[in-house]
Amino acid sequence: MDVLACVKRVPMVGGRITLTEDGQEVDTRMSGFTVSPHEECAVEEAVQLTEREGGTVTVLTLGPPEAEAQLRDMLALGAGRAVLLETGPEEWGPQSTAAAIAAAARATGPYDLLLFGNEAADTGGYQVPVRVAHELGLPCVTGIKTLEVTGDGMVAAREYRGRQERFGLPRPAVISVKEGINLPRYPSLPGRLRAKRATVERLVPQARPDGLRKAMLTVPARESRRAEVLGTGPEAVPALVALLDELGVLP
Amino acid sequence: MTVLCLTELEPDGGTVTDASLRALAFSRSLAGPAGEEVAAAVLDAPDAALASEARAALAAAGVRTAHVADLGEAAGYAPLAWARALAQLASTGLASTGPASAVVAAGTDHGQEVLAHLGAITGLPMAANCLTAARGDAGQWQLTRQRWAGSLTEEAVLDGDPALLTVATDAVAPAPADTPAELTVAPFRPALADGDLTVRAAVSAERGGGVSLATARVVVGGGRGVGGPDGFGPLEELAGLLGGVLGVSRVVTSQGWRPHRQQVGQTGTRITPELYLACGISGAIQHMAGCLSAKNIVVVNTDPDAPIMSHARYAVIGDLNQVIPALLDALRERQNAVR
Repeated sequence: MDVLACVKRVPMVGGRITLTEDGQEVDTRMSGFTVSPHEECAVEEAVQLTEREGGTVTVLTLGPPEAEAQLRDMLALGAGRAVLLETGPEEWGPQSTAAAIAAAARATGPYDLLLFGNEAADTGGYQVPVRVAHELGLPCVTGIKTLEVTGDGMVAAREYRGRQERFGLPRPAVISVKEGINLPRYPSLPGRLRAKRATVERLVPQARPDGLRKAMLTVPARESRRAEVLGTGPEAVPALVALLDELGVLP
Repeated sequence: MTVLCLTELEPDGGTVTDASLRALAFSRSLAGPAGEEVAAAVLDAPDAALASEARAALAAAGVRTAHVADLGEAAGYAPLAWARALAQLASTGLASTGPASAVVAAGTDHGQEVLAHLGAITGLPMAANCLTAARGDAGQWQLTRQRWAGSLTEEAVLDGDPALLTVATDAVAPAPADTPAELTVAPFRPALADGDLTVRAAVSAERGGGVSLATARVVVGGGRGVGGPDGFGPLEELAGLLGGVLGVSRVVTSQGWRPHRQQVGQTGTRITPELYLACGISGAIQHMAGCLSAKNIVVVNTDPDAPIMSHARYAVIGDLNQVIPALLDALRERQNAVR
């Protein structure tokens, strides 16, 4: 089973999110970048599937030259091949990203399965996997939390409003997953060494206009407050009990 | 012209989902200024005439026309078939009020998935988790939408006639219309293409028993400060005493200390409790994205400068491994006194 797992390089953010002065980007001078969480799980799922079923894992990203670092992180998790669709520093929208990934899947495939994250942590567009599926004429399902291989297809499931939805799909197919489908492994030392030496293939994707264009980012104005301190250590317990009583949550 | 809103029903067929009521409220905010009307696309109704409660709910939400699809044996959720049905309603004279200027859905798994398919079928752009949308010049729309699960707001321009929008459901109230509409129910049978039903959901019965994290009235949260997989007992006991459930931060699930289904946050569950008692959680933005809808956030943390302090109402500065056992003692004593 040959699997293509697509990932996105996103800013690493912690307790606060700050923007560049022009309001166009998240300020990453003090932080750095990582792979969007759902997508790291897509790579782990691809590696587990091929460990069970045999086959290969190719990891792909569209991004600036620096995104090579995220591809190497995914090679360290067990992917065998890496493809960078190299862009400039500008952000690509969902339609142009999907078109570029579909073209690259054709050029580097064929694949039995294309795995994605359900949505990117930063832009949250919720559509690239579906658009890629349509470009390639493949069936698609999103937000998957369990995935099984059957004779000539897949069974994928997720939870929706407290009920489980199960989908049967033929192969090849496009599936986007959510964190929780697995617990990504820590890269082994041999994995990291192999990743360091591996070749990253580079393709230049064809840009096209996008119908959704970012104008500006802002940090939403939230009521800025400072928690009222009830006390320190176990001595604060009576005040805490009184508060819980006032909130009406005590039995 | 019409603003067409994908409207989901609860499995009983009578109740409109809370998320869809929010999407309908958003749809009215688009339709009103342009003098357009709101039409609902109901694709999961067990009864083409709609149950009377569903009709009443749609009328109260200001819906003039409810297009109720008959998907034949495909009754149920099939994302591509649903998108095909919306495409037909949006473009053709099936809608008595003419083509749609916008197609709206709630920002749920179904809403995002169906509108993504609709975008792909039509070649139109789609914007997820919108907060506001207004018509600009030359057929463009000015939007604000969520990034980082609401930690950032994007101002964006969207081309597209119709505009395809999902609604950030935590940002729009499910308010009824000022004046209810006179509702017409219009059954229709979408023309499906081969393969539209390849992917369809087989739905299992509701998971039995227990309070769910998403709807719990009290959530007791544990983070890195719990210290390890064996430290959650007191937090679970406290959650049980308060009629709530345990929720955890991402570090807890990525360490494998607790299962992912207990994670609160951007990549876990969004919670809306009366009380969120967050213990040993610093408050990364990805975590706060999942809990800012809590009515009251109360923190137990050793660090008085943790980011979560600027979101919380009350805080106890201290080690949860001392504070929580002491709190449990006090609550037990109180229960005994009542008896």
